[in-house]
Amino acid sequence: MKLKINLEKKLGRFFLQVDENISGDQIGVFGDSGCGKSTMVNCIAGLLTPDKGEIWLDEQCLFSSKTGINISPELRRISIVFQRPMLFPHLSVQSNLFYGYNRCRVENRRIMPDILIDLLKLQPLLKRGVENLSGGEKQRVALGRAILASPRLLLMDEPLSALDNTLRFQIIPYLSSVSEEFHIPYMFISHSLTEMQLMTKQVLVLNNGQIEEQDTPEGLARNRMAKSQNGYRNLLRLSNPVHQNGLFLYRWGSNNLLISDGELNKEALFELSSRDIILFKNHPDAISARNLLSSTVIELFRSGDRIGVVLSVTGEKLVAEIVRSAAEELQIITGSTTFIAIKASSFRRLS
Amino acid sequence: MQLTPEDITAIWLSLKIALTATALALPFGFAIAWLIVFKTFRAKIVLEVLINLPLTLPPVVIGYFLLLLLGKNGWFGQLLNASGLPIIFTWKAAVIASATVGFPLLVRSIRLGMEAIDLQLIAASRSLGASWSDSLFTIILPLSLKGIIAGSSLMFARSLGEFGATIIVAGNIPGVTQTIPLAIYDYASSPSSGKMALSLCMVSVVISVVVLLIHEVLGKQLDRRTLQ
Repeated sequence: MKLKINLEKKLGRFFLQVDENISGDQIGVFGDSGCGKSTMVNCIAGLLTPDKGEIWLDEQCLFSSKTGINISPELRRISIVFQRPMLFPHLSVQSNLFYGYNRCRVENRRIMPDILIDLLKLQPLLKRGVENLSGGEKQRVALGRAILASPRLLLMDEPLSALDNTLRFQIIPYLSSVSEEFHIPYMFISHSLTEMQLMTKQVLVLNNGQIEEQDTPEGLARNRMAKSQNGYRNLLRLSNPVHQNGLFLYRWGSNNLLISDGELNKEALFELSSRDIILFKNHPDAISARNLLSSTVIELFRSGDRIGVVLSVTGEKLVAEIVRSAAEELQIITGSTTFIAIKASSFRRLS
Repeated sequence: MQLTPEDITAIWLSLKIALTATALALPFGFAIAWLIVFKTFRAKIVLEVLINLPLTLPPVVIGYFLLLLLGKNGWFGQLLNASGLPIIFTWKAAVIASATVGFPLLVRSIRLGMEAIDLQLIAASRSLGASWSDSLFTIILPLSLKGIIAGSSLMFARSLGEFGATIIVAGNIPGVTQTIPLAIYDYASSPSSGKMALSLCMVSVVISVVVLLIHEVLGKQLDRRTLQ
């Protein structure tokens, strides 16, 4: 997908000014609330008219103040998943799902409804009204409804922020698998770096109505490591643990990890802060931390006054964070071997 | 309780006038409410004042204005006379009087219903491929149904009670334009017909109760439909 945005929009005191060429299928738009993310989304979808500029999607001009082109939202084939599900309260789940599908021209329909309904596990809900669904169910219906309209671009405007943490990371696999399965390019808007890392390949950072930088989610996470409250967040997807002395033993590549929180027979997503990894130059004899692993330094990067150490633990990657004096003392350079210690309680389970 | 054949005619006439007035006003009421809620334009405040004027003006004044407009010498009346469709002192004039007086109540209720609709629902429907008219009929209309029902029953009930404007433009002709309130007025003016007046009053109470019940039942049904 190629998107060319060059627009200006004034809303009260707020001024959005964007001039950016974007290409890719999993784009993130990152920024704090009030930075203009939703305004930009609404301009792309045609729900707001920019004061000036042009918007192109692939080879089609959607808006141009010069030539007077302004394609109405219903003809743009851009679906939106909003922060709140926005299901039509007078329609059943099924009618909600098919609202866009029925309005999509037959030659443009690319989605098999049965496959999607299966994928989102919506079969048992079809006949129900939408008011009694749980928050997660509602958002799944909203996602299905948007996808079934066979959009050329899917805009997700903070689709997870109204959900609680557990639910949020349960929905993410649906979001990414559905978009990948049906090859629908998307733009994912959020203020959460973790969501960016899980959902996108490329991120636009929006600040105060302007695009500050374009980066990969990895680059963004590294840049913000020193400033961020939790440092760099390592994300580990682990499954099928066994019980061991009151802890859960997970396989992580060819290593074992002991983690205090877990669930048997289930896949789980863990977050590990770069600040919770302690580096040793030599093997310590005995320590209280339950995980002691040998690793190789594969890369060093700077973030503010901190140094990020990218480690390979028999092929699995982790990022640890140390201050500069520690790096000098431990003589950490690319290729050196270090031991890392992680407490079992440092892993935070996201789902 | 006793009802003369004239009373029966008055009851039917009242129902016919109230029903026609409500049915005629409904599409306009919906359109005006939509304009006020969803559109921004300069003369909006003027429109709002105009719409609400019959609510604050004495009905007799409205009747008098209608008489000026529709009467023999009114510009609209002349047009009607020329086309052989006199309106003044027919039941049609009573319909127009009722529609004018009840219109603000109708618009207010529909408007309240529409104002409760989340604008993002409309945005969602547009982005899913619905044109504005499609969105109007599949989202806005069904979601303002409760307001429409409330407004219609309010207007219907108001029309049943219409007196001041009606007596001026439609007169008080038994069997032709005499509605329940006008008949009661006649009975009340002669000392011997107290019982007759009371009978018609009872009929009025029954009709009002039925209208309120229908309103409640329809509202409950709508609620149940969305909570399945």
